[in-house]
Amino acid sequence: MLFGILVNEGPYQHQASDSAYLFAKAAIEEGHTIFRVFFYHDGVNNGTRLATPPQDDRHIPNRWSELAQEHEIDLVLCVAAAQRRGMVDPDEMKRHKKDADNIADKFRISGLGQLIEAGVQADRLITFGD
Amino acid sequence: MEDELESGVVKKFLYVNRRAPHGTVYAHEALEVVLIGAAFEQDVSLAFIDDGVFQLKKEQDTSEIYTKNFSKIYAALEMYDVEKLYVDKDSLESRGLTENDLSVDVKVIDSKEMTKLIVDSEVIFNF
Repeated sequence: MLFGILVNEGPYQHQASDSAYLFAKAAIEEGHTIFRVFFYHDGVNNGTRLATPPQDDRHIPNRWSELAQEHEIDLVLCVAAAQRRGMVDPDEMKRHKKDADNIADKFRISGLGQLIEAGVQADRLITFGD
Repeated sequence: MEDELESGVVKKFLYVNRRAPHGTVYAHEALEVVLIGAAFEQDVSLAFIDDGVFQLKKEQDTSEIYTKNFSKIYAALEMYDVEKLYVDKDSLESRGLTENDLSVDVKVIDSKEMTKLIVDSEVIFNF
């Protein structure tokens, strides 16, 4: 089955990103395919490469990057949500004349159309959040 | 438009709005999804449940909390061909509201009809 995943909450504050990650991993292990993971609301904060959690804790952004690397999963941060919250990729950095970018490996920033497309293309769109 | 779809697939989209309009960003950002999604020519319905019914309340004024008063956008949804707005009857009544308190034309439905609407939908966004 082709799954789309929507993550609506930030890392560590909320279990949504953990559950979405575990779901994606389990789905892949069962032979399913993840069409896209779309991060919205505070969920965009899952895409920062500047997080430094304690060593005995899971590294949520890195974990997503690694899963995407391994299984070629499309990780998309909503551009409007990202701009509000200071999530920046190299293109956004140039466009808005910021002095840095902070996006983690394998994440990209794009429009909400990518979420709608996931809804249309995937067999199931699963939301993780409250 | 970069996200344009050429698949021709039309699915039943349902946006379930459950939260008060202000206090958290969910309602506002949900509306942004609806507006962008309108360009994809899907079969769109909106449901307002629990505190979500307050999103449609007339005469909202956010000037003293310094947030955007996006409530006027609901009345513009018609121009985006988003015309099916459903409001949960119990949610409305338990908050002391009637249809007259709402800023747009809606269909008030009971929980049984709401259940059917949700079951019959193919893509559900829950904000």
